[in-house]
Amino acid sequence: MIEARNLRKTFNKGKVVAVDDVSFTARDGQITGLLGPNGAGKTTTLRMLYTLLKPDSGSMRVDGLDPENSPLLIKRALGVVPDSRGLYDRLTARENIRYYGRLHGLSRDKIDQRIQYFSDVLDMGEFIDRRTDGFSQGQRVKVAIARALMHEPRTVLLDEPSNGLDVMTTRALREFLRELKKQGHCVVLSTHIMQEVAALCDHIVIIANGKVAAEGSARELLARSGEPNLEDAFVKLIGSDEGLLA
Amino acid sequence: MNAVFIKEMLDNFRDRRVIINTLILGPLMGPVIFAVMISFMTRQATERMEAQLELPVIGAEHAPNLIGYLERQGVIIKAAPDNPEQAIRTEEEEVILRINADFAEAWVEGRPAPLELIADQSLRYTGTTIARVRGYLNGYSSQVGQLRLQLRGVHPELTRPIQVQVTDLSTPESRGGMILAFLPYFILITVFMGSMHMAIDTTAGERERKSLEPLLINPLPRWQIMAGKLAATTTFALMTLGLGLIAFVYAMSFLPVADMDIALNLDFRVAAWAFLLVAPAALLAAALLTILAAFAKSFREAQSYMGMVILVPMIPSFWILIDPTRTETWMTMVPLLSQNVLILELVRGEPVNLAWIGLSILSTSLAALALAAVAGTLYNRPKLIFTSG
Repeated sequence: MIEARNLRKTFNKGKVVAVDDVSFTARDGQITGLLGPNGAGKTTTLRMLYTLLKPDSGSMRVDGLDPENSPLLIKRALGVVPDSRGLYDRLTARENIRYYGRLHGLSRDKIDQRIQYFSDVLDMGEFIDRRTDGFSQGQRVKVAIARALMHEPRTVLLDEPSNGLDVMTTRALREFLRELKKQGHCVVLSTHIMQEVAALCDHIVIIANGKVAAEGSARELLARSGEPNLEDAFVKLIGSDEGLLA
Repeated sequence: MNAVFIKEMLDNFRDRRVIINTLILGPLMGPVIFAVMISFMTRQATERMEAQLELPVIGAEHAPNLIGYLERQGVIIKAAPDNPEQAIRTEEEEVILRINADFAEAWVEGRPAPLELIADQSLRYTGTTIARVRGYLNGYSSQVGQLRLQLRGVHPELTRPIQVQVTDLSTPESRGGMILAFLPYFILITVFMGSMHMAIDTTAGERERKSLEPLLINPLPRWQIMAGKLAATTTFALMTLGLGLIAFVYAMSFLPVADMDIALNLDFRVAAWAFLLVAPAALLAAALLTILAAFAKSFREAQSYMGMVILVPMIPSFWILIDPTRTETWMTMVPLLSQNVLILELVRGEPVNLAWIGLSILSTSLAALALAAVAGTLYNRPKLIFTSG
């Protein structure tokens, strides 16, 4: 579970306000979507959640852990697929994943067993022993997901997971995320794609200009805006249609 | 930390470019350039000493006796070119002797007879030739001088109140060391060459690939990640150093050592000492280059910084070349300079001074660890993590 309270982050000595005031709660067994136009502060929010950036003010807890007091424990509790997949081209998919397993201090048997599991679940058997140089976006995302979830984290953060994926891979990805939810994980993803939230998320947090514009389930958001579909509701709630077509 | 080390080693061994650059070209470059340089220099020097001297002379008819003397000494007298100054400037001739018409006049009157040597003394290689011509002329001068005194009944010894004799105590080893002044540089440079690619790949390269952000999300203190990277970089530097020294030992056996009348004391025993001496400098180089590369956003940007750093180990070598003084204790405490002077001591065949070697290793290690500690804190700065922003 993630609890974020009044997170704020500025860059260039306060001149650029990336995240102004973001609060939300992401519960276990739910998929929470951070929805917002490009540049709304989604990635910065996520970076604060996975403790790579320190908030200027505000607080956050992951499963009750405070990043100030237990930075390493919090990283162990999280599985993160960042915006930049960043695979090592000269290593095979298996070696890329194994490296992260080792960094988490997993045993050799455990690593082999987890790689086998992901290879089956994410359908990676065909390319698991190939060098990642020349992988498609879909293959890269699969490797990045397997790598991030090696240590069976309770909470999973994904930054724009379906970026650059084809229809089939997107479907497979959604299926996988629903499976995580069924297993009781807390899943948080950021996206600017409307259909994705509508199809996937139990809880939607709309972020615009570094602030939470609205929060709730798809049905609640529709009801609040009085619009017939989510796209119109979104435009109305953030007060503009910028970034929707991006 | 181990995991980082193993991964970086595996990752870089997969890159053929790295292997060729750091493990083959890096170690070979120094010895090859050095061997070619040395053998070229010595061959030129010996050729100049032994070859017959050809001397263009202007106005040979004014001093037939002098010309006769020179020819008896084996000098080949040539006709001078039309424009002697021009010939010297274009380096067609090294030295030209000019005998003016007033030579004979002064000679007959018993005044010192003027001779003119035309040469460009800023050209280093003419030095030997000028010295040889002067030697012949001085020989002729003193021969005639003695004859004149004898004619007047004066013992020629009277004109030599003192006789200086130099007793040369330089050993063949120490003379070899003079020529080898640049050897330490070529050895030191191997650790920089060896760590350069790796330092860039593990920092700026990681940023360019955008793999740094996911890497740092792993539950590891950041200094440990950096330590793993540094360990891998240092290992590469040490491999390059070891291979370079082995290449040097073999290259030395191809040099015309016998012709030079010097002994190049670079066998495997000396190489082992040199390895020990330079090993801390490997960590120093790795840490220094890693710090620099960590600030670069891309491989290319990092490479442009590296070009400058490669010059750093050159400074002490130049300094020693310009001002060759005795080794003093304070020198052995300055990183990079200490390796320079102590390697020179070793190849000169002087007894191993354990205290100096200890000081050098200690001071260099301290400097290296300090830099490594700085490197360890680098990834606490968000600026160095994200590719944008």
